[in-house]
Amino acid sequence: MLNNRSLGSWFYSAYIVAFFLYLAAPLFASGMFAFNDSVFPALPWQGFTLDWFFNDTEPKLGMFHDRRLLRGLSYSFWIALMVSCLAVFVGTCNAFLFERMAFPGKGFCYILMILPLVIPGVILGISILVMSSNIANGVEDTWGYDWEFLRPGLLLVVLGQFAFTTTITSLVIGARLKKFDMQMEEAAYNLGASHWRVLRTVTLPFLRPALIGSGLVAFLMSFENFNTTLMLVGSEAPLTITMYDRMVKVGSTPVLNAVSFFLMMASGLLALISVFAQRDKQP
Amino acid sequence: MPMNYDLSCVSLNKSFGDLEAVRDVSFDIPRGSFFSILGPSGCGKTTLMRMIAGFESPSSGDIQLKGKSVVSLPPNRRNVKMVFQHLALFPMMDVAENIAYGLRCQGKSKAEIKRRVADVLERVSLPDVGKKQVSQLSGGQRQRIAIARCMVLDPDVLLLDEPLGALDLKLREHMKIELKQLQDQFDTTFVYITHDQSEALVMSDHVAVMNQGRFEQVGTPQALYHSPGTPFVAGFVGDSNRWNGWVIQRDASGIQLETENGMSMVSTNGAPEARNGDQVSVFVRPEAISVQPIHAKQQQSSAQVNRLQGVVQSVLFNGANSRLLVRTADGQRLETEYPQAGGHSGINKGDSVQLQWSWQQSRCFLN
Amino acid sequence: MNSRDANKLALWLLLAPFLLWIILLVIIPHAGMLLLSLKEKVAPRVYVYGLGNYIDFIREPIYWNTLLRTAVMSICVTAITLVLSFPVAYYIAKVARTRMKGALFLLCLVPLWVSDLVRAFGWIVLLRETGLISGLLQSLGWVDGPVELLYNDATVMVGLVYTVMLFMIVPLVSTLDGMDDALVEAGYNLGGSRLTVLRRIIIPYAMPGIVSGCIVVFMLTAGSYLTPILLGGKNSMWFTEQIYDQFITRFNWESGAAFGIILLLFTSVVVWLGLRLSGQSLSTTLAKQ
Repeated sequence: MLNNRSLGSWFYSAYIVAFFLYLAAPLFASGMFAFNDSVFPALPWQGFTLDWFFNDTEPKLGMFHDRRLLRGLSYSFWIALMVSCLAVFVGTCNAFLFERMAFPGKGFCYILMILPLVIPGVILGISILVMSSNIANGVEDTWGYDWEFLRPGLLLVVLGQFAFTTTITSLVIGARLKKFDMQMEEAAYNLGASHWRVLRTVTLPFLRPALIGSGLVAFLMSFENFNTTLMLVGSEAPLTITMYDRMVKVGSTPVLNAVSFFLMMASGLLALISVFAQRDKQP
Repeated sequence: MPMNYDLSCVSLNKSFGDLEAVRDVSFDIPRGSFFSILGPSGCGKTTLMRMIAGFESPSSGDIQLKGKSVVSLPPNRRNVKMVFQHLALFPMMDVAENIAYGLRCQGKSKAEIKRRVADVLERVSLPDVGKKQVSQLSGGQRQRIAIARCMVLDPDVLLLDEPLGALDLKLREHMKIELKQLQDQFDTTFVYITHDQSEALVMSDHVAVMNQGRFEQVGTPQALYHSPGTPFVAGFVGDSNRWNGWVIQRDASGIQLETENGMSMVSTNGAPEARNGDQVSVFVRPEAISVQPIHAKQQQSSAQVNRLQGVVQSVLFNGANSRLLVRTADGQRLETEYPQAGGHSGINKGDSVQLQWSWQQSRCFLN
Repeated sequence: MNSRDANKLALWLLLAPFLLWIILLVIIPHAGMLLLSLKEKVAPRVYVYGLGNYIDFIREPIYWNTLLRTAVMSICVTAITLVLSFPVAYYIAKVARTRMKGALFLLCLVPLWVSDLVRAFGWIVLLRETGLISGLLQSLGWVDGPVELLYNDATVMVGLVYTVMLFMIVPLVSTLDGMDDALVEAGYNLGGSRLTVLRRIIIPYAMPGIVSGCIVVFMLTAGSYLTPILLGGKNSMWFTEQIYDQFITRFNWESGAAFGIILLLFTSVVVWLGLRLSGQSLSTTLAKQ
């Protein structure tokens, strides 16, 4: 598989190209129909239009005028923001915990930390649903309070997504912390800095690329999550659920393609920002 | 208690579980001197330095700065500043911010910080680099910035942890001189740890040779070189040829001994407590062994010399440090001087030669 | 000593968020789910503890079949993903030059950036009767009328492979990246052929990455919901659909919880078998990251 100008090498390159075509195909197809001037996201091609984004009358209601879709977008945004903030905070604590501290059972705890990534999202969702319902029912039966927030709704969605995105942020931040040269902290102490000052001026600035990167990853993962959210969602639905409802129950117009295209562009942009933010400025 | 010691250590011990890293180390360093701790890897010098800086606490013993015990102070409250092995300059700050870091921690005013930073940059001859990033500096410049960052805080003692290791040879030679000049200029006590004996000898006022957690000898570079106190120091500081043997006869002036290979030798230097039959080792410096072609006339007629014959195995040409590798009749390989007066000496590989060195230069130790 | 107390305090402060997160959101919920799965409805509002839900599961052939089908297809998907991804991962890690490397890796991540939903939707648009492929085939004259490519197993597998591929590529690339080029060159230098070098040097070295990728891919595939349902249609028979069914449609939470536990157990057993067969353990693969 090394430098070999043979038929095998040509096949290899062709395979790689085919692979990336395979990657791009459905995204391209989906995005393409967002610009099709037809009521169905299907062939034949009936001309180029931006109506599915901006038009404000039925039957071709554009994405930016569709109330339910916009509301779903806004819910998704706020949920993702909360989840990423929480996940980065707890992830940072976990990174320090596993990289700096020694305590009995550390290996076992590390495996516990990785578990949420491998447990199927559906099961994460139903387990939290069961627990919160039990608590809510218990409270209602014993004291008569109706704790709405423990019923399927925004809080549960945030908690469910937080459960597994924290694993990712912990791993990313932990990897960065591992590369940190302890001598820099010692030098800072030696120069007279307090613990808090060392953290603030030396360690955290070093971690900044990982904090930003993992935050963006958490934001993206929360935004696009479906399985866990499906089990925990109440009446205020994030974008993915809204789109799914549309698709399955009502039947889809190309407005969903428009939303897909918009999501692709937005995620791509965010991910690019994340890459630039993580670029190491150190030699 | 004399107050002119900047740093004193009293019976320091440090153990990590079963491993005794530092064993009963005591020393005093006079104000304004350059003190080196020299030893091989694993001898405990890094642990000792970290105890002085406060990153390890001693199992027992005391550390005193200018007469006051600092052993209970955390590392950010001792006035001992440290230049780390890889310098540990902060990459997310520029040069001026690096230097200002300690002053900021002390809460000095912006104006004072600016003044003092500029001042110390002048003193290390890098007045214009304040705004530059650390990555833009050369190795030698980074060294000076690391020192400046410590010196701007007016420490009682500056610790340097093998700072020249990452530099190439020419730069290292240059930096040795620079460090000595900086120490003179700042008039601060420097404590320098290294495994490279040429660094220790060139720069220091006093050197402590450390081995397996203990100080084997403390003295001036000359004393260590010419009068090593233990076999380890004799072998570690400078180069030596070494023989093991036992005492045949001893009298008031010296020892006659026979080596493992059956060679006879006399030493009038060292091992005063050795008795007949004791095992001893003898060290002779290469430059003390003079070499002549085997049929040349004896020029030095003094009787108090040891003599040997051998065959030149290799010529190790290294300018002024050239040596010969000579294989003697008993199978041992010796390093000797390479006589070069007036250019090429005429001794080549394969020649038979005669070697001689004086009894006084055969340093003997009881095993 | 003061610093020791400070250390202990720091340990507890850092341990607190971790414990809260794991205990409250992972351990207790799963324990609760386990408990719920053991409850049986004997009469309205009367519950008894027992294995009834599990027995029901075993008795109904459709549940069993669905589970087995899911597992088998997941294993196939995992194998296919591994075979398809390895050359790509190797290319990115070893063959591509530095600038290309970053760009290619980024391109691989593109499908991840958009939701499961968008991906499945894209496949639908491509593959359904009125979709692109059908249109292409028609215009080429290879078929007579619109052809329905959706709603069969092959399509589901294609969609699943697409979804999980990057979760195989990322660990593979990071493992292969760490491999010294000199190892492969030494293999050739000592007379090995391409196949030998691949079999005896590259694959054993990459084994932790391979196994960790397979574990993640398998669990993701088995737990997948959207892709099988959307691409497979009503008779896709994927186990997560059954769970959803029990929970949301039939409101039989006890049964749903039991199914959830069964899925967890079953996939864990498969993963454990895989780890044993390949001679790795959790600590050498997943925990190595």
